[in-house]
Amino acid sequence: MANEVDFRTRLQDWLPKLVLAPSFAVTLLFVYGFILFTIVLSFTGSKMLPKFTWVGFENYHKLFALPAWHTAIVNIAIFATLYIVICTLIGLMLAIFLDQKIRGEGVLRPIYLYPMALSFIVTGTAWKWFLDPGIGLERIMHQWGWESFSFTWIKDGEMALYTIVIAAVWQTSGFVMAMFLAGLRGIDNEILKAAQIDGASNWQLYRRIVIPLLRPAFLSAFVILSHLAIKSYDLVIALTGGGPGRATEMPATFMYSYTFTRNQMGIGASSAVIMLMTIAAIMVPYLYAELKEKK
Amino acid sequence: MAAVTQDTAVSTGRFTRALIYLTLLLFALFYLLPLYVMGVNSLKPLSEITGGNMMALPSQWTLDPWRSAWSTAQIGVEPTGLKPYFLNSILMVVPAVAISTIVGALNGYVLTKWRFRGDTWVFGLMLFSCFIPFQIVLIPMAVVLGKLGLAGTVTGLILVHVVYGIGFTTLYFRNYYASFPTELVRAAMIDGAGFFRIFWRILLPVSGPIAVVSVIWQFTNIWNDFLFGVSFGGTSQPMTVALNNLVQSSTGVKEYNVHFAGAILAALPTLFVYIGRYFVRGLMAGSVKG
Repeated sequence: MANEVDFRTRLQDWLPKLVLAPSFAVTLLFVYGFILFTIVLSFTGSKMLPKFTWVGFENYHKLFALPAWHTAIVNIAIFATLYIVICTLIGLMLAIFLDQKIRGEGVLRPIYLYPMALSFIVTGTAWKWFLDPGIGLERIMHQWGWESFSFTWIKDGEMALYTIVIAAVWQTSGFVMAMFLAGLRGIDNEILKAAQIDGASNWQLYRRIVIPLLRPAFLSAFVILSHLAIKSYDLVIALTGGGPGRATEMPATFMYSYTFTRNQMGIGASSAVIMLMTIAAIMVPYLYAELKEKK
Repeated sequence: MAAVTQDTAVSTGRFTRALIYLTLLLFALFYLLPLYVMGVNSLKPLSEITGGNMMALPSQWTLDPWRSAWSTAQIGVEPTGLKPYFLNSILMVVPAVAISTIVGALNGYVLTKWRFRGDTWVFGLMLFSCFIPFQIVLIPMAVVLGKLGLAGTVTGLILVHVVYGIGFTTLYFRNYYASFPTELVRAAMIDGAGFFRIFWRILLPVSGPIAVVSVIWQFTNIWNDFLFGVSFGGTSQPMTVALNNLVQSSTGVKEYNVHFAGAILAALPTLFVYIGRYFVRGLMAGSVKG
């Protein structure tokens, strides 16, 4: 009898950990174990299949000597910067405007937000054909009588990257708006009223008080957007397929093609490691700060 | 919503207000534009797109592109339409969402109400897994799925989505349960209620709102996923991969109207869930008041 009770309380003690254990084990194996596996692969001469012949940093040397990787890095830098800055600006502007007791806010908000529910493949398909000079925007303008209108970015190696920025901004800026709007609604109005009594203009009010108070929203927006930018694979595939030529190659498309279609698994793995390190450099401090605060 | 309870202190002149409304409307048009283009052109014969204006309404309305996209369009090498892939996606999404949400709820419960030494570390490690670029796990995942005999199956995709989804669902439930009074749980413990009974009777009944958030998040993420689908889908590819194959196919005439119909088909479930969110929220607000 005493033993049985003992067993039951013991079980109760262990039960929570037992419930959590499978998730934790899966995370250790499928996330951290896999990361380790890919890191190891990046130091091997794997081609089509993983094999464990140690080659040291050779893959990394090769990677950074490849023009395609150079293009990918330059592209992601341009894309991420424009994408983050434009999304933040549009999101902030729309949030501030929507916060002015706007009639029809309930209709506008879902219109701004719905693109976020779509897959990048759907977004890519819509914009791919809309921006296609043969049937889309350029032709529309010509038919409406603006004969000299030209918009061939998607076919143009120099400009195609910016069409990805357009489509990506279309998809996520409404979501950023929602984040800022939540931040704005959390600001105590008394502060604003006090500042107004002190004679602050609207512009000063926002610049000096509201925007600094939105710091947490800026930070979350930055973290989420940079994370989405580096992962951007689907949109590039759907919109330009990395082309024309290699013009819109990104690290994500580079990794996929080198690993699975060009049979350069070692180089593919090393590019994935670089991607992980970039994201970790942004995410780890952020998550650390978040967890420490909440503890 | 919040406008009722709160006054913005900022007052604006008439001209500024007009400008604000104008900007808001222009952006609404910008966000609606692709939806309009897809909708209108999916109801036209192809000749009206290649020979007409994309912004114009159909002069001859037709549902043929929809029929073709659903059941006869060439996807890869088979003229199956998107239907089988739509079913693949459903078969993949429903179990993956259900499992990851249930597991997330239990994890969140343990991490907030049965805390132990090092639990923040456990959670931190799970949380970081939400933000890794999935490229880092593609190669080992392909190897493991192959070894398990799950490569190219819906079961394999379910596994992948559950594994990389529980970080998020755990995060949601943990943050939600953290604000639930621990005293209630203690009191139930003193009354002799066990681990599962407390979860079932006390936590679960109040979990409605966060369960909705978790389900919507997981549903949209998994339905919209392309990378895992294209890497591990094999013969059980999800909708996104099929749509991409349809649109990118280089053989034959490009049937833009069919592509648009297919794109809307791929978007419908998530749009539905998304619109449903407000619906559900409304229901909740109603039940709280009642």
